[in-house]
Amino acid sequence: MENLIGLLVAAPLLGAAVLLCGGKRLDRVGHWLGTLLAAASFVIGAVLFADMLGRSGEHRALHTHLFSWVPVGGFRADVAFQLDQLSMTFVLLITGVGTLIHLYSVGYMEHDERRRRFFGYLNLFLAAMVLLVIADNYLLLYVGWEGVGLASYLLIGFWQHKPSAATAAKKAFIVNRVGDMGLSIAIMLMFTTFGTFAFGPVLSSAGDAGEGKLTAIGLMLLLAACGKSAQVPLQSWLGDAMEGPTPVSALIHAATMVTAGVYLITRSGAIFNAAPDAQTAVVTVGAVTLLFGAIVGCAKDDIKKALAGSTMSQIGYMILAAGLGPIGYVFAIMHLVTHGFFKAGLFLGAGSVMHGMNDEVDMRKYGGLRKYMPVTFVTFGLGYLAIIGFPGLSGFFSKDKIIEAAFAKGGTEGWILGGAALLGAAITAYYMTRVMLMTFFGEKRWVPDADGNEPHPHESPKTMTIPMIILALGSLGAGAVFSINDTFLKWLEPVTGHAEGHSPVSALTVTIATMAVLVIGVAIAWSQYGRRPVPAVAPRGSLLTRAARRDLLQDDFNHVVLVRGGEQLTRGLVQIDHTLVDGAVNGTATAVGGLSGRLRRFQNGYARSYAVSMFGGAAVLIAATLLMRAV
Amino acid sequence: MNPVNYLYLAALLFTIGAAGVLIRRNAIVVFMCVELMLNACNLAFVAFSRLHGNLDGQIIAFFTMVVAAAEVVVGLAIIVTIFRSRHSASVDDASLLKL
Amino acid sequence: MSQLAAAASATSTGEAVQFWVLGTVAVLGALGTILLRRAVHSALCLAGTMIILAVFYLANGAYFLGIVQVVVYTGAIMMLFLFVVMLVGVTAADSLKETIKGQRWLAAACGLGFGILLIAGIGNASLKHVNGLGKANSGGNVQGLAALIFTKYVFAFEITGALLITAAVGAMVLTHRERTERAATQRELAEARVRGGKQLPPLPAPGVYARHNAVDIPGLLPDGTPSELTVNPTLRARGQIRDVSGEALGELKALEQRSQDWLERTEEEAKK
Repeated sequence: MENLIGLLVAAPLLGAAVLLCGGKRLDRVGHWLGTLLAAASFVIGAVLFADMLGRSGEHRALHTHLFSWVPVGGFRADVAFQLDQLSMTFVLLITGVGTLIHLYSVGYMEHDERRRRFFGYLNLFLAAMVLLVIADNYLLLYVGWEGVGLASYLLIGFWQHKPSAATAAKKAFIVNRVGDMGLSIAIMLMFTTFGTFAFGPVLSSAGDAGEGKLTAIGLMLLLAACGKSAQVPLQSWLGDAMEGPTPVSALIHAATMVTAGVYLITRSGAIFNAAPDAQTAVVTVGAVTLLFGAIVGCAKDDIKKALAGSTMSQIGYMILAAGLGPIGYVFAIMHLVTHGFFKAGLFLGAGSVMHGMNDEVDMRKYGGLRKYMPVTFVTFGLGYLAIIGFPGLSGFFSKDKIIEAAFAKGGTEGWILGGAALLGAAITAYYMTRVMLMTFFGEKRWVPDADGNEPHPHESPKTMTIPMIILALGSLGAGAVFSINDTFLKWLEPVTGHAEGHSPVSALTVTIATMAVLVIGVAIAWSQYGRRPVPAVAPRGSLLTRAARRDLLQDDFNHVVLVRGGEQLTRGLVQIDHTLVDGAVNGTATAVGGLSGRLRRFQNGYARSYAVSMFGGAAVLIAATLLMRAV
Repeated sequence: MNPVNYLYLAALLFTIGAAGVLIRRNAIVVFMCVELMLNACNLAFVAFSRLHGNLDGQIIAFFTMVVAAAEVVVGLAIIVTIFRSRHSASVDDASLLKL
Repeated sequence: MSQLAAAASATSTGEAVQFWVLGTVAVLGALGTILLRRAVHSALCLAGTMIILAVFYLANGAYFLGIVQVVVYTGAIMMLFLFVVMLVGVTAADSLKETIKGQRWLAAACGLGFGILLIAGIGNASLKHVNGLGKANSGGNVQGLAALIFTKYVFAFEITGALLITAAVGAMVLTHRERTERAATQRELAEARVRGGKQLPPLPAPGVYARHNAVDIPGLLPDGTPSELTVNPTLRARGQIRDVSGEALGELKALEQRSQDWLERTEEEAKK
């Protein structure tokens, strides 16, 4: 069984290699080859999963050592895999959702002449992402981490002929670089602290290291997670990343890659458990981001950007849960999986809508689409209900648990975090209802596109609807399946550990409160967008709305603080270089030159002058001798 | 009279010779002043020889004379050569060391 | 011999008188060496000082050195100096005007400080006891020196011998001029002179025809002014030219006066 683990990575990697190197003769079959290999990876994952279920909880983890990668003295890096329940969860999510989205892309990218390359990139992403989650040490994880970054960059900029896409790709890459630096520093710190960076030794001896060092490692890991998972303060790239094709947004920027940060924090749980300060930082980031993303999502008219804000917000929930420690890890992953279903489904639905509307993304130009796209409407609707936490659907179970866990953190902190999570739930209900109403209900507000083509909304082809239906089923039932008998909890507990928090409010109260804010959020949205017609041009809006439309000024902030600040700093440094450094150098030169000019006068070339110096020196010597004798 | 007076005389002559080296420009006169300094030293050696009651001082003075003779031969040869090429015996004219 | 030995060990009144008299002269000679403008005078002053030093050597019991001082230093080295002075430096007197700024003051300060320090050093030294050379010179001064030179100082002696030979060879090398090209013939020299546009015929002789023929008197040009070309450049440089042009005119005037006087007398005689 261990031998199969490598194939999880190998299959999509082979696909990427073949598709990217194969050339034009693969154009006709390339997309099916890519989908097939993704599916193969999923099948292997399923086989391994079945095998894993056959063993008891403590013995489910599989380890395999492929080869020694970098053996240099005391430094040892292996290519070795570890497949435990956490990795298994991710593998199934990644390959499962990945396969569905491959299938969807077959239809979505049908008219793109570079479809083969697109599938190559998608396979490359799958390989890197699977490598990320099954690596058994941080260095190999880092390889996968960079690999998904690369794939993300390539796919965001897939339509590189659009300057906005090229810029967005660069932005994502550069912002991610900040986080990647954090990860590399964290790995270096681990090596100096533990002498290794394999998960086993590092995590088992994490408690022995000093808290200061662990806090430093934890903060660096958090920085890495912030970059990859688009958390404040490195969140700015995710909205722009929607320039990529919609399947990419669904797979990479909603379901899988952006959750890598959650995986990293959960995987490094032992480190965070021993570093409370780092945990505080994690929950703060999570709470801030979940509100930040939600607020941004409320103001966007671009359907994909609204969903991107939502993604940011939902990952904020996960990070928050992961930061809560053992009481939250399981729920973070559970929300991650359910989110993978419903958010991927929502994005695919959005893609389907765009497909039918001549690639129009402005929701103010949608309206009344439910009659024209029934399948899309139903699947999107199920995703919608799941994300707002409608009772019985998957989001309800996972999000509710996170809110409970936040309250269970205890003390003022618990109240603040729980309150933020509740507020986030209300805003989620609001903006998702807004998206739903603007897209599928109300009057038709369609306008011809730039070329004058009237939109003719129609249902998407089967290759696109089937994945949507499957994901919708996941959104519908996953939460219940996971929660009944605490299946998911028992499944993950051996890896992440679990502790029951002591909530100051009962679980029932939390559920009722969640329901209440849900209703409030929906009601407000309905009163604004359901009861009266949606204006075709966005009203000016309040200050907050305008700020939210500009992503809460994130880019302005970055521009003013980082770009301008950097420029100022550079100018200052140049100034310092010119005045201080050059001044010192030139000053020294001038001083030496001046001194030499003075001293040169002693060197007048006259032997008699030299003789005077000699004679004077002799006199001084005699004086010194006499003095010494006198003393 | 104390023979130490010879030493004072030697010191005086030596100083005069040194001052001459410093103030005269004619290389030959400068050279003479050097000879004067050497002779002053010789006088001191001879006086010391008498004070100490052995002949070593006189031996040193003798060697000084021999070396001075050698020095004069070479030095005057150099002066003549310089005079030939520069048509001057001034030590200040041979100031090629300065920029 | 015993007398000389006694002189070497004791300081008689006679020696004191000799010291003060000759010492003063020696210092004056030394000052003359450094202060007189003409190199020849400096050399003569130095020679005098050296002879006085020779006398002092003798007075201090260094008989051999005293003789050597006279023979070698005064006789050979100083003559060598004079020879070179005649060769190169006799044309002009040194200007005593200082050209290097502050050199004279510095030299004076250094000399003064140095002298004071030396004298203070000698005064500090404990040289009260005089051993005298009576014992050392008992077997004869020259014999004593020889005994030392050929035993204790034999290596130094040999090396000074080598030094002298080296110096002799060095002096020859320095002054010897290798002729790298054929000597110019008389014809070539004459042609060069024509080409150079210089004085073609032989230089005019000095002296005024039939009256003065000494070398220091320039010949007179037709207008009565002296011609510099006619005298030796060395004399010219030393300013030792006697100008007789005015003298000739004066003599002419005197002759006219005399003839006038004579004529007047003859007129008077004629009137008579």
